[in-house]
Amino acid sequence: MKVAYWPGCVSRGFTPELHGSMAQVAPHLDLDLVELDRANCCGAGVIAEHNQELVDTLNARTFAMSQQVDGAAGMMNICSTCQGAQSECQQRLDADSAYREHINGHLEPEGLRYERGGGWSNKNFFWMLVEDIGLDKLREKVVRPLEGLKIAPFYGCYVVRPTARLGYDKYPDRDQYLDWIIEAVGATPVVYTGSHKCCGFPVITMNKRTSLRQAGRHLADAIDAGADCLVTPCPLCHLNLDLQQPDAAKFVERDLDIPVLHFPQLIGLALGLDPKELGMNKHVVKTKEVQAKVAELAAA
Amino acid sequence: MPETTETHQEEQEGHAGTGENGNGRPETQDYTLRIRRYNPDSGDTAYWETFEVDDMSPSASVLDAILRARNEQDGSIAIRCSCQAAICGSCGVRVNGQSVLACNTHLGKAARSPKTDGTIVVEPMGNMPVIKDLIVDMDAVHWKKVRRVIPWLVPEGDPPEREYVVDAEAMIDVTQAMACIHCGACVSACLSMEVDPEFIGPAALAKAYRFVGDPRDSMASERLNDLAEDEHGIYDCTHCFACIEVCPKDVAPMNQIMRLRRAATGDHGIKDSNNGYGHEKAFVDIIERWGTLHEAQLLPRSFGEGSLIKSQIYPSSLKQLIDSAPTALRGVFSGKVSPKKALIHPKLPDQKEIRRIYEEIESKDERLELNLYITGEGDPDTEDEASSGDSGGPDAVERNDSAQDAASGGNDE
Repeated sequence: MKVAYWPGCVSRGFTPELHGSMAQVAPHLDLDLVELDRANCCGAGVIAEHNQELVDTLNARTFAMSQQVDGAAGMMNICSTCQGAQSECQQRLDADSAYREHINGHLEPEGLRYERGGGWSNKNFFWMLVEDIGLDKLREKVVRPLEGLKIAPFYGCYVVRPTARLGYDKYPDRDQYLDWIIEAVGATPVVYTGSHKCCGFPVITMNKRTSLRQAGRHLADAIDAGADCLVTPCPLCHLNLDLQQPDAAKFVERDLDIPVLHFPQLIGLALGLDPKELGMNKHVVKTKEVQAKVAELAAA
Repeated sequence: MPETTETHQEEQEGHAGTGENGNGRPETQDYTLRIRRYNPDSGDTAYWETFEVDDMSPSASVLDAILRARNEQDGSIAIRCSCQAAICGSCGVRVNGQSVLACNTHLGKAARSPKTDGTIVVEPMGNMPVIKDLIVDMDAVHWKKVRRVIPWLVPEGDPPEREYVVDAEAMIDVTQAMACIHCGACVSACLSMEVDPEFIGPAALAKAYRFVGDPRDSMASERLNDLAEDEHGIYDCTHCFACIEVCPKDVAPMNQIMRLRRAATGDHGIKDSNNGYGHEKAFVDIIERWGTLHEAQLLPRSFGEGSLIKSQIYPSSLKQLIDSAPTALRGVFSGKVSPKKALIHPKLPDQKEIRRIYEEIESKDERLELNLYITGEGDPDTEDEASSGDSGGPDAVERNDSAQDAASGGNDE
């Protein structure tokens, strides 16, 4: 399946292991990624806060570029924040044809145009895996079932709320998919209170205490529920949960030390890929124990 | 618990269609409620109690079932309620973890939640102390925070002889905030308040926008300055959308908070000490210059009111830079970030197009804002959707500046 692929900024910036692991995993799932390397930042909610017309135009530009990719089934992202920020713009663009025309006017000099509908969609990789690739196909491809690994899913706000704009009318279980996928690759999903809460990242520069108390609390909940690691489809969540984890520990006044995997890394492990090639050595919280468990599985 | 068979459509319409029992009445079901009980007078801690309510329609409300349990089984169950029609905002509770009005939550839907095994779990709202059972202390949290934002109009000058006259058009922008019924669902769901009880919160901040956006109010600048400088104010909201998701009146409190931020930075140029202004300016400027996010510059620029130079001169910024140095070093040592990557960020191949878009939009005197709450979501141009309200044409577009400008086409050349 061919998709127009928007990796986002952070996956190519401070979490390069995410972009790298997606590239590793794609061919194994017969995913042909056509990277939108001329597309711009989604605005991450910040440009939306600044000027709505600007953010709608910037994302319409990305959508239009993805619609020019010949034979693509749609657009795919690997970032919950991109998903949410772009879905917000798409909702406005799709709701009002006069507004859409107006925004398209800004794209005209570049020869671009966003068209509503026509089967085009924009999905995070983990949605695409369930809805378009299918869990059966994933199960077939698993060569290293992650038996015994207890994994706490961390979804990220932008793919779970608001349901009215994120396709939950058509796909009501989108906020359960990570749990399903963890099961499909043979691991055990951990139920804990923080799975659908906020990592706190958006206010890390404005209120570090509020931000890292959120991250720290969810990490602690996952540890207390017996998780070996977390997995998230959002690199911004990853920054707060992994890069900031040593600071988060101070704000919740307890030891944390739990690794956080990027979603494609989890899939890569189950597909038998080398943890090092999935960038698992590029984490702040070391993934050694998870790697050791996976190595044991391979030996067994 | 038997599986319910009615579809969503049927449930909404309040009759069971295929599930009809022949009398034209909906199929009824037995439901199990698991209610969180607490009585401060007893000296006991809170506990769970299960109630079976029989023969209820799936389209009856959770409130109906609670009242039934109270009337028939245990008169001591405490819940606040009045209108039973989602108008008064009294019966806020959490059903299966979701903050809702008990009176507009259908039993059938609640029993089908993937979060339960068919049992409907009812708890008091979150982020507020419990008085008894399902009744929380709204005064201690919600109303206190609402009072915090000066929830009344402060007009300028002497009062007019008769009423304050205002152009109806100018009030459209605040109608969404005015729709609030103060049920407290958003306060209950707020994830920032969960870790920072001092956060002013979604309901009170939506109320603040109701006055900031009111053309008769004379204190917009002072209000915004106050809310931007308060470390528990507008920059303490994490964009988690929890309030938008639960609001029974579509007030979208988070959107009102974003409008407060937009007004504070864009209209009033308030350079707050929480880095709200700096963060927005830094982010927006970086995308204008590079097209994608140059993360290594975001933090320092945020600390320096958006400027890299200021970030290295201002003492407050320098302190924050030093504080965040360990994080930056962790990024380098983990192999995520190389010094080269931190210094050099590639521009997009067509960066001039991004700049052109910025120029076209930012040079306008007024910002364009499409508020779907006001215009409706249906697109009259498409046949596959019924339009809810006339959303076509430039009239549907809200402008949040009263300046008369003919930029309706937008392609100003």
